[in-house]
Amino acid sequence: MIESHLPAYIALTFVLFAILIPAFGLWRSELSQPLAVIGAGLAASLSLIGFLDVLNDGAIRYYFGGWEPPVGIEFVYDGLSAFFVLIINTVAFFVLIHSHHTAKREFPGKEMPYFALAMLMLLGFNGMILTGDLFNLYVFLEISSLAAYALIAIGDKPAPYAAFRYLIIGTTGGTLYLLGVGYLYTVTGTLNIIDMSAMLPMLYESNAVFAALILMIVGIGVKAALFPMHGWLPDAYTYASSSSTALIAPIGTKVAAYILFRIILWLFGIEITDAVAPLSYIVGVLACIGILYGSVMAIAQTEMKRMLAYSSVSQIGYIIMGLSLANPWGFAGALLHVLNHAVMKACLFMVSGQLRLKEGHSNMILFDDSYRKKYPWTMASFTVAAISMVGLPPLAGFFSKWYLALGTIDNSNWLFLAVILISSLLNAVYFFRVLEKVYMMDPAKGQKEATDAIRNEAPASMLWPTGILAAGLIVIGFANAIIVGILLDIFPM
Amino acid sequence: MLDFFTGHYAYWFTIILLCIGLYGILFKKNLIKKTIGLAILQVSVVLYFVSIASKWDATVTVIDPDIPLDQVANYLNPLPHTLMLTAIVVGVATLGVAFTLLIAIYNRYETLDEEELIEKIQ
Repeated sequence: MIESHLPAYIALTFVLFAILIPAFGLWRSELSQPLAVIGAGLAASLSLIGFLDVLNDGAIRYYFGGWEPPVGIEFVYDGLSAFFVLIINTVAFFVLIHSHHTAKREFPGKEMPYFALAMLMLLGFNGMILTGDLFNLYVFLEISSLAAYALIAIGDKPAPYAAFRYLIIGTTGGTLYLLGVGYLYTVTGTLNIIDMSAMLPMLYESNAVFAALILMIVGIGVKAALFPMHGWLPDAYTYASSSSTALIAPIGTKVAAYILFRIILWLFGIEITDAVAPLSYIVGVLACIGILYGSVMAIAQTEMKRMLAYSSVSQIGYIIMGLSLANPWGFAGALLHVLNHAVMKACLFMVSGQLRLKEGHSNMILFDDSYRKKYPWTMASFTVAAISMVGLPPLAGFFSKWYLALGTIDNSNWLFLAVILISSLLNAVYFFRVLEKVYMMDPAKGQKEATDAIRNEAPASMLWPTGILAAGLIVIGFANAIIVGILLDIFPM
Repeated sequence: MLDFFTGHYAYWFTIILLCIGLYGILFKKNLIKKTIGLAILQVSVVLYFVSIASKWDATVTVIDPDIPLDQVANYLNPLPHTLMLTAIVVGVATLGVAFTLLIAIYNRYETLDEEELIEKIQ
């Protein structure tokens, strides 16, 4: 008996719009972007309804065609997946509204394929989050990755090469994940995550399970840009067009992080993960190296998108570090950081898109104090997001770091605590130098130039989404206790 | 010891293929050769799945009146094969995207050699 079709509707919305956009886009190309916005908006409202349903009535397990697992394939819509689906669809909704002008300017005439691919990529992301079947997850992983490669290839001159490198690394990762699934299938004879997690305790300290776990962590780690596997990310995010980066950067790596959560905490459980070797600690140390490396590299950049890309490497480290702590505070901090970072990075990349639209570049050396006159609202959003990235209260970024720090104290893990504190300082270095250029008067130039600048703000369809996300950071900051309360309920142990 | 090799020869072949694929991806400078390495890597995993489902003296998964359903062991496990049909399709799609990107790269830079490409980009 199927009670609610909601999980399937969320995924099917994107299938429907991936077909509608080419159909209407061939007729009128300018219809593609509004259709994509409607699609993402519909999915976002469905996921909001679903999230509230899950909070009230508990998880929904949706069996396709009425076939019960382990024979059939199911969508598992529990607290964790409802939370992630809500975040990615809402952020994608705002980014798609924002991409109207960037799409017109950066790839005129290609709106129809672009937005159809964006829908397919979101379908892949939603499917990866919702599915309860390991092989199904691989298929959705490849759907989203193939669409993402194509989206990244639309952009500056070196974009196809960046996309090709991502394709090679990403597909290798996907294949290793598939091999890991094969190992698990041979020892358990099932592909269903819930079914398999009931059998794995019997295979405690089995070599096949250990090898499968390593293969899966490496394979998904590539997608999540976990430290040694992050090589594809900076180039891909820098050279892709502003709208693709704003769409992929906030949610792509988060979805991979979700799979790591699902595999390590739900499928294996922390005891089996650490049975043969302290894998969770190793992953945590890699995440720490990634945090420091990403922050240091971000300081060395002069191009804003490249700086934000390196900062993504660093921020995904926080999420994975929270996972490796495997205690309630670390878990809540990591998930809160998923939400915060999705909103912050979307906001920051959208600001870089606005600057590219108006100035034609986003090179931070050329920023000066006239920007504050020319783009008051853009720069205000940037400031809010940047301060949140650094982690100053009462903005959202402070609270996720706070709960992560509580988690490290809970485990008496002083190394990780030190990394959180040092990296906050490094974040402050690379964001405040931008704020300094924009808001402080340059003594060499004097006051004249700043007053000469005329207001040249980005169009409203770009300002509003950026502004709403920036305001959202303040709201999340104040509502953090409610969100963390919900997240602590999701924690599986 | 010899048993360990001959008894698992199918797995040894997949391991060798996997290594060849990884070698191609890591060390070849030509982007087409990298793509070929990727294809070999994917094929090795497909062959691994197919070989775990192979069985002596078993028949295809269509109900045979001579083999009643309580002797399920006499039928093959069809699941890995069907999974691999999907994985092969995924692999083909990946190669399609890869070659499209290679055409775009060649049109812009007129080379597919990685070192030359990096020089031209910088």
